[in-house]
Amino acid sequence: MTATDNTPTTGAAGPIGSKRAAEAARLRRTAWYANPRFKRLAALMGVALVGAQVTGEQGTNRDIFHAMRENMTGPGLWLWVGACLLIWVVREFLRAPVANAWSTARRAGTGPAERARTVWRRDPRLRMLALTALLVFLIVLPFLVSRHWQQVLVDQIAIYVLLAIGLNVVVGWAGMLDLGFIAFFAIGAYSAAFWTGSLPVAPPFELNNFAVIPIAVITCLVAGVLLGAPTLRLRGDYLAIVTLGFHEIVYLMAKNWVEFTGGTRGASVDRFSIDLGFFSYQWGLDPRPYYWLQLGFIVALLVLFIRLEHSRVGRAWTAIREDEVAAAATGVDTVRFKLLAFAIGASTSGVAGVVYASKLGFINSEFFIVLFSVLVLSYVIFGGMGSIPGVLLGTAILIWLPEFLRDTVPAQDRYMYLGALLVIMMIYRPQGLWPSRRRVRELHMAEEGTATRAMPAAGGRPATTGGDTPS
Amino acid sequence: MTLFDFWDVLVLGVVLGSLYAVIAIGYTLVYGVLQLLNFAHSEVFMTGGFGGVIALTLVVPVAAPSLAQSAGYVILGICTGALLGATVAFFLEKVAYRPLRRRNAPRLVFLITAIGASFFLYNLAGKLFGRNAMPMPRMYENRTVFTIFDTTINITQLLIICSGVLMLLIVDHVVNRTKLGSGIRAVAQDPEVASLMGVNIDKVVSRTFILGGLMGGAAGFLFGTTNQVFYTMGFLPGITAFAAAVLGGIGNVRGAMLGGMTLGIVEAFTVDVFGDAWRYFGAFGALVLVLMIRPTGILGERVARTA
Repeated sequence: MTATDNTPTTGAAGPIGSKRAAEAARLRRTAWYANPRFKRLAALMGVALVGAQVTGEQGTNRDIFHAMRENMTGPGLWLWVGACLLIWVVREFLRAPVANAWSTARRAGTGPAERARTVWRRDPRLRMLALTALLVFLIVLPFLVSRHWQQVLVDQIAIYVLLAIGLNVVVGWAGMLDLGFIAFFAIGAYSAAFWTGSLPVAPPFELNNFAVIPIAVITCLVAGVLLGAPTLRLRGDYLAIVTLGFHEIVYLMAKNWVEFTGGTRGASVDRFSIDLGFFSYQWGLDPRPYYWLQLGFIVALLVLFIRLEHSRVGRAWTAIREDEVAAAATGVDTVRFKLLAFAIGASTSGVAGVVYASKLGFINSEFFIVLFSVLVLSYVIFGGMGSIPGVLLGTAILIWLPEFLRDTVPAQDRYMYLGALLVIMMIYRPQGLWPSRRRVRELHMAEEGTATRAMPAAGGRPATTGGDTPS
Repeated sequence: MTLFDFWDVLVLGVVLGSLYAVIAIGYTLVYGVLQLLNFAHSEVFMTGGFGGVIALTLVVPVAAPSLAQSAGYVILGICTGALLGATVAFFLEKVAYRPLRRRNAPRLVFLITAIGASFFLYNLAGKLFGRNAMPMPRMYENRTVFTIFDTTINITQLLIICSGVLMLLIVDHVVNRTKLGSGIRAVAQDPEVASLMGVNIDKVVSRTFILGGLMGGAAGFLFGTTNQVFYTMGFLPGITAFAAAVLGGIGNVRGAMLGGMTLGIVEAFTVDVFGDAWRYFGAFGALVLVLMIRPTGILGERVARTA
C-alpha cells in the first residue's frame, strides 16, 4: 500500500475516485424543487392562495367553510394565479428586457428631475411660493368638494393629520414606538367633555372649548410624563407594550367607569364657540368652519415642530434615534429628550382629542379603541417616519383611499389591507412614501452593518431561501 | 362584589394561568432568539382556536360520545390547533421576519412588521370565518370529576390544567435537554458566536417559531373550549401572556411559566372582586407596574441587552 493511494490525483483515475466523483456530483445536484426558480414559483402560488382569500367572500360563522369553498372555486383564485404566474414568467425569463426598459426610463427621468431638485433646493423664494400656493389651495379646498368629502376632510383627515404629526415626533424623530397614542386622544376628548360640563360629573367651573385646550395639553403632558418617566429608562421596545397596556387601561376606564364617562352610551359635548363681547361665533353643523380651524391648528403645530426639529432638541432626537449609546456618551441626556418627545406627542394628541370632541359634539368609549392607535402608526409609517410632507401625504392618502373605494371594498376589510401594507412596506420600502433623506441614510447604514452587528443576521445557507426575499 | 369561595377562584386562576403560561412561552422563546416582541403571536393563538373548530366541525362530534370518542376529539382538536399554529408561526417568520433579519433592519422595523402581521392575520380570520363568536363543538359531557376543598373541578378545567402542565414539561425538556434547546440557548446568548460554532441560525430561529407556535396553537384550542372562538380572541390573552413573560423575566422559559400562573390567579381574583368588566384591568395594571418597578422580572432576564 503506497502513500499515493489516498491522494485525489491518483484516486481520480481509479475506481474509488470515480465513485467519489459520482458522489460529489450527486451532492452537487439539487432536486428540481430545490431550484430557487421553482421555490419562487411556489412562494408566488402561496401568495395567490392567500390573495384569493383576502379579496374573496366574507365568511359567516354559521358555515365556516363557506368563504374558503367559494374562494377556492371562484374566478378570484384564477385571477390571482394568473397574475402571479405572469409575475413569475416576467421575473424569471424576461428579466433583462424589463430591467433595460426600466433603467432607460429612469435615465430619461433623472435629468429633468435632478435639475428641478437643484432649483428647488437653491431658491427659497420658489419654495415659499409653492408653499403659499399649497396653503391657498388647502384653504379653498372645502369649496371644491362635495359635502360628503367635506365631512371626511374634517372628521377624519384633519384629525388624523393632527395625530400623525404628533406621533411623528415620537416615532419618526425620537425613534420610540408608541402604541397608546389614542389614549392621550381620549384623555383630551374627555377633558373637553368634562370641562365644558358635558359629563355626568360636574366640573368645578365650566370653560369654553378653546380654554380647555391648554388644560388638555397639561393633562396629557402630565399623563405622558407619568407613564414615560419610568418606562423610558428601560429597553426601547418595552415602551411599545407599556403604552399599549396604558391605552387598554384608559379604554377600559372610559368604557366601564360609566358614572364618570358615560361609557359606551357616551356623552354629548358642546361645540366650539367664541364670545369676546364684540365678536361671537358659534360653530354649528357646517363642516367648513371646523376645517379652517383645524387647518389653523395644523399649520401652527407644523411651524412649531419644524422649528423644533432643526433646533438643539431635534438634533438630540436624531442622535438618540441613530445610536442611543453614542448619544449618551457624547453628553445627550437621552431620558430627558425622549421624555420631551413623548410628552410633546401626548399633548398634540390631547389637542386633537379636544378638537375631535368639540367637532362631533358627542363622544363614547368606542371612539378610542386600540385599533386607532395602530391606524395612526400605519399612516406615519406609510408616509415616511420623520418626514413632515411624507406624514401629511401618507395620512391623506390612506384615509382618502378607503373612502374612495368604499363601494368596492367592504369597510372592515380595509384593516386587513392596512396590515398587509405595513408588512410589505417594511420589507420593500421601510423608509416610506416620501422619506426624509436622513432616514434613508440611516436604513442604508443599518444594512451595510450586516456583518458586524449583533442582531442575529440570517446565517447558515444564504442562497437556499431566495423565494421570499426581494431581488 | 361577590366573594366566591377562595378555592373556587383559585382553580379558575390556575386554569387561566396554565393557558397564559403556555402562550407566554411563545413570546419568551422568540424574544430570546431575536429580541423581538412578536405581537403576532396572539394571532398564532387565535389560529389554534379556529383550527380546533375546523377539525371538530369536519368530524362532526356525535351527540353522546363514548369516552374513547371524547378523548379522540380532544386529541384531534389539540393536534390540529397546534399544527395550524405552528404553520402560521413558521410562515410568519419566513415571510415577514426573515427578509428583515437578512437586511439587518432596525428594531423599530421589526416591531412594526409584527404589528402589521398581527393586524393582517386577525382581520383575515375575521373575513374567512365571520366576525361573530362561535362555540367549540361539544366534545364531551362536561361534568364534575372530583371535589377538593368543596370545590368542584370539571373535565374542561382538568383537561386544561393537565395538558398545560404537560406542555410546559415538554418545553422545559426541549429547551434544557435537547440539541435544538441548546441551539436556542446558544442563539439567545450570542448569535454571532453561535453561528461560528456551527449553529445554523436560520434553522434554530425557524424551529423556535414552530415550537412557540405549537404551544400557542394548542393553547388557542384549549381557550376555545372554555370561551368561544372569535377573530379577536388573541389580543387580550396575548397581551396578558406577554405581561406574564415579562413578569417572569423575558427570555427565561421557567420565568414565563411562573409569570403566567401568577397573572392567571391575579386575573381570577380581580374578576371575583371587581366584576367581569374589569377582567383585564388587573393584567394591564400588573404589566405596567412590573415594567416600572422590576423590568427584569421575577426570575431575571437571561438576555442581558439594554440597548
